[in-house]
Amino acid sequence: MSLPKPVMRGLLGRRLRFHLPIAFALSIVAAAAFKYTVTEPRKQAYADFYKQYDAVKEFNAMREAGIFESVRPSGE
Amino acid sequence: MMLGLTAGRFGTRFLGRRVMALVTPSSATMASHGHGHADVSEIADMSKPMYCDRMDTPLPDRAYKDELNAADKTLKEKEKGPWNQLTKEEKIALYRLMFRKTYPEMKQKTDEWKTVMGGIFIFLGLTGLLVWWQSIYVYPAQPRTFDSEWQAKQIQRMLDMRVNPVEGLASKWDYEKGQWK
Repeated sequence: MSLPKPVMRGLLGRRLRFHLPIAFALSIVAAAAFKYTVTEPRKQAYADFYKQYDAVKEFNAMREAGIFESVRPSGE
Repeated sequence: MMLGLTAGRFGTRFLGRRVMALVTPSSATMASHGHGHADVSEIADMSKPMYCDRMDTPLPDRAYKDELNAADKTLKEKEKGPWNQLTKEEKIALYRLMFRKTYPEMKQKTDEWKTVMGGIFIFLGLTGLLVWWQSIYVYPAQPRTFDSEWQAKQIQRMLDMRVNPVEGLASKWDYEKGQWK
């Protein structure tokens, strides 16, 4: 018949003390994961692409394919 | 709110109270009143305080039983005195006068979810049939851009234009060999 009195105060504070460090840690982990799985590989991909990029060669290939309107393929 | 009124009432039966109410002709059959049984055909006066079994409302607007017989009235008189003179059975009887269900009884699981899921799937199925019929009899002719030759020429043009050459479409095409990487 006599139950112990339940905790009436400090409930939000207790919840925050528990959940905030977890929230911060998970956010940092998420950001780090995104950085190292997405942004760094993407930066590397762009660097590799432009290392061997010859703009004139690409332009001539596109011209021969006939996609430009200002300059037609060299045969015409 | 309707679900609060129906919770636990015909809990274990397959047809929920909502479905019963759709089928019965009377209007406000949702409310309960002083009696212990569930009257589907009696109309409750919703302008007066009503009793409810809700987990978020520990003290409803009204006691469960308000038409007390003589034995109940004497018990209520005894309740006005010191409570340690009440026996355990009397305390339980007083509780049952005030409330219809205890919290554990309220929390008892029902089979209502089966009705709900069944209804959902039935209507999804009917909608699917409707959509299928529509796709045959209502839709206009497909645009020519959906033809496979057109789509092939479209992709060839995108490759010629070097669309997304770093990480996207053109980066997956091997221009020397003329095939996908």
